Amino acid sequence: MTRLKADARHSVRLTLNGKPVQSEAEPRMLLSDFLRHQIGATGTHVGCEHGVCGACTIVVDGMLTRSCLTLAAQVDGCEIQTVEGLAPSADRLGVLQQAFRRNHALQCGFCTAGILMSLDHYLARNPAPTEAEIRDLLSGHLCRCTGYTPIIQAALEAAAQLASSKKETSDA
Amino acid sequence: MKPPAFDYLRAETVGDVLEGLAQQGGDARVLAGGQSLMAMLNMRLAKPKLLIDIMRLEELRKIDRKADAVVIGAGVRQADLLAWPELAEALPLVALALPWVGHMQTRSRGTICGSLAHADPSAEMPLALVALGGEVLLRSAKRRRRVAAQDFFAGMMLTARSDDELIEGISLPVIQGSRVAFREVARRHGDFAIVACAAMKTATGVRLAVGGVADVPTARDWPPLQGGALDDVLNAFAYELGARDDVHATARYRRDLVRMIGRDLIGEVLQ
Repeated sequence: MTRLKADARHSVRLTLNGKPVQSEAEPRMLLSDFLRHQIGATGTHVGCEHGVCGACTIVVDGMLTRSCLTLAAQVDGCEIQTVEGLAPSADRLGVLQQAFRRNHALQCGFCTAGILMSLDHYLARNPAPTEAEIRDLLSGHLCRCTGYTPIIQAALEAAAQLASSKKETSDA
Repeated sequence: MKPPAFDYLRAETVGDVLEGLAQQGGDARVLAGGQSLMAMLNMRLAKPKLLIDIMRLEELRKIDRKADAVVIGAGVRQADLLAWPELAEALPLVALALPWVGHMQTRSRGTICGSLAHADPSAEMPLALVALGGEVLLRSAKRRRRVAAQDFFAGMMLTARSDDELIEGISLPVIQGSRVAFREVARRHGDFAIVACAAMKTATGVRLAVGGVADVPTARDWPPLQGGALDDVLNAFAYELGARDDVHATARYRRDLVRMIGRDLIGEVLQ
């Protein structure tokens, strides 16, 4: 049993996009704030801070997670993926990110990090989604710029591209 | 906003949880998936002095199929239950209602029992528990007890759980060959229901349970009625629920939904 005192800072270690990171947090510190302020990973955005808007969505141990509804202390020892881990390298975009760019699936970009994380997680497990399934997934995100249509288009395009690239790899 | 300050206890045994609850009582809250409690903390609607995290307790993460019931532990996430291969056959009503709970991004962490502990009157899992006539399994350092669904919900976000009790799990009856139906009206899919209804064919007729109208999910049993007789009992039920106007819908609209969805679902299960 571990009891962390309210008024003290405690060590939190986790794996962020494959790399070990460590910092300190009070028990009440949200994971979203821990990532942004303690680690400096500001790709994860903070919107409503009560789990509704989806901007802060990340992946914790393979589970889609609202980082604003999670304490840093809860994820000690966990594996975390954030939007910073999506691009294959610093100067290249991933397939999903490229599809977002082609389809104008973002304007202000505030909601984008969360939506990319949800779609990346979903497409990895459901390689041939229907439009209805994508819409159901996106119901967990608010975007006030795009009207969602280009986001859905980008998601379907990325899914098709990922499926065909997998086929080519297996033929080779 | 940010949560108020609290101690955080990572429980390694159920004993740790019960001890924490016994010592701290009403100042302690159990943290499971956090999809309701963390929002309450962020909005400072809850100000506990101690949070007891139960999600590292493997023993609470079990879905246990018994001869005539399914026992779902406090650590079972909504997504875990949705992915349980026996769900549609054992608990068809839950299989229909669960996709309406929040969004994929919250079901992945939120627990079944956490939704019951939160006791929002428009939430789907409390409605399913009442419709099925399930039981809540409560445990404190001193005793264990089982509380029937209709006695568990005491009011809006109020339950029969004492401050020193952990919801260890719930037991939902497996009713062989039961016909069930579920429907919900909300502003968006995943939002809290304006009205949610569950219907089930019973040995003597039909049961209709309604959430989102009264301050607790409420069920009624009737013989297999049709036509004007059914309309009359549905109308009386709709008024008994005491609907009120709010920003989402008027009381009259809620009564209309109870009457119309109620008639449709009862028709479906009695077909």
